[in-house]
Amino acid sequence: MPVRKMSSASLTLLPLLAAFVLFTFPFFLLIVNSFKSNGEILESPFALPQSVDLGRFADVVAKMNFLVTFKNTFVITSVSVFFILLFSAMTAHYLVRNPSRFANGFFALMVASMIIPFQSIMIPLVYIYGAKLHLIDTAPIPLLIALYIGFGSALSVFIYHGFVKSIPLELEEASFIDGCTPRQSFFKIVLPMLMPTSVTIAILNVLWIWNDYLLPSLVLVKEEVYTMPIKMKVFNGTYMNNWELLIPAILLTILPILIAYLFGQRFIIKGVMQGAIK
Amino acid sequence: MTGKSRIHRLANQAFFMGPTALFFATAILIPFAYGFYLTLTSITSPVSPVEFAGFANYAKAFQDKQFWDSMWLTLKYVGGTIAFVNAIGFALAFLVTSGMRGQNFFRTAFFTPNLIGGLMLGYIWQFIFVQSLPSVGEKLGIEALRLGWLGDEALAFWALVIVTIWKSAGYMMIIFIAGLIAVPRDVIEASTIDGAGPWRRLTRITLPLMVPAFVVTVFLTLKDAFMVYDLNYSLTEGGPYGSTKMVSMHVVQKAFVETNYGLGQSEAILLFVIVAVVTGLQVYFSKKWEVQA
Repeated sequence: MPVRKMSSASLTLLPLLAAFVLFTFPFFLLIVNSFKSNGEILESPFALPQSVDLGRFADVVAKMNFLVTFKNTFVITSVSVFFILLFSAMTAHYLVRNPSRFANGFFALMVASMIIPFQSIMIPLVYIYGAKLHLIDTAPIPLLIALYIGFGSALSVFIYHGFVKSIPLELEEASFIDGCTPRQSFFKIVLPMLMPTSVTIAILNVLWIWNDYLLPSLVLVKEEVYTMPIKMKVFNGTYMNNWELLIPAILLTILPILIAYLFGQRFIIKGVMQGAIK
Repeated sequence: MTGKSRIHRLANQAFFMGPTALFFATAILIPFAYGFYLTLTSITSPVSPVEFAGFANYAKAFQDKQFWDSMWLTLKYVGGTIAFVNAIGFALAFLVTSGMRGQNFFRTAFFTPNLIGGLMLGYIWQFIFVQSLPSVGEKLGIEALRLGWLGDEALAFWALVIVTIWKSAGYMMIIFIAGLIAVPRDVIEASTIDGAGPWRRLTRITLPLMVPAFVVTVFLTLKDAFMVYDLNYSLTEGGPYGSTKMVSMHVVQKAFVETNYGLGQSEAILLFVIVAVVTGLQVYFSKKWEVQA
């Protein structure tokens, strides 16, 4: 028996370890090479660095205008996600509690919109909000946030919709008897109960908004409003194949979200899992 | 119903649904509808006059060989990523639910690539394909690695597929884990008592019960693959010689680089129709496969 147990355990462990090496190797490469000079990188990309010099990071932080870019990305992501959560929860709750043909039709329209590829919207977007309304020149960040709220709302309403159905109606009825208006009942009773779902929805939205490239590249034309992916694109164009600058820049760009993952990985994996089941 | 309560109801409806409806219309409905209108005009750039042109753009789109080449390439990419991402995602899920210690550690590691945006993925793997693998190939004398993959027309396509697997397999793994956990233990035990071996249990019990999870993962891989842009742009920029230019990149170039809004938009609408038909068929047929436990 012990022999058999042993072999079945190694049957799982060996492929797991192999997959682990394959999945983490790019991160290893990124970290070790971010401390090397161009010569060292070309000579031996897999070797550990000969010395740990943080000077190159400081150089890259300055060249990327890192603090401003980080702030832009942070503001755009957090404001968008905040309003996605608030508005989607309000709408999903209303749709579940007040079914009507109009409500069902609106919900069906939102769900159906999820298969629209962004590419079939982007040209009219640029035309309407850029050429006609000039928002791309005058208010790029508010425009981008408004668009993210719109793009994020379909999936978020869908997930909230599934969850609201599981909340007992009696709780809300009790609050009405106690004298709450529908709005008070929503903000005092329902919204706090939606918290676990809100975490899930926040995670799903943060992941794509933080990393999005195509939409911001069309809307954010001026340098002072760049987000991190846009800045990285420009940086890559400027320092083509200059790996001693590019690699620390790549690492710095992905670092904020990796650090967030380090602290919240349990939540994040659970959140994605719950979002997927719905 | 009295007039006053009717007004109350409308006010509540506007309060709860208004913001979402407004932003949803701003970002999706209005541009989508306006997009159809643009395809019927001869507009080429934001400042050019809008003249009605009927279906001329669609006729041109059907004759645009580059568009159909990029569509065909995208379909190949869709097929390749669906097969590999789902197979590897399922295998990973199977391994990390076997009940051994440290499962959560592995789950965390396999999911990590999903934190990185498509653009950054492209840059990271550019370093691997351009700089790291050739140097290994050089030292060990492995010809396949010594070639720069991104400079070769066939290999560059597979480079894209590999990076997509690296990114997406961990996400699909998470969905499959949810599906695997939901497979009732008593069904598995009953089949074991009836004498089913591990392989039979997997193919006859677990996989059929996992169809709902596969409906979701195939849908997600399909949608992501049809819309791939960021990764394509940063890893290969469509090269070498346009051999990896996916349909999304073609549309972006048609509209914004070659400034042909009407034609680009018509091709984008064709893309929408193809995605809608393919995802519709996929969900319809895979729902038929579902079995009740």
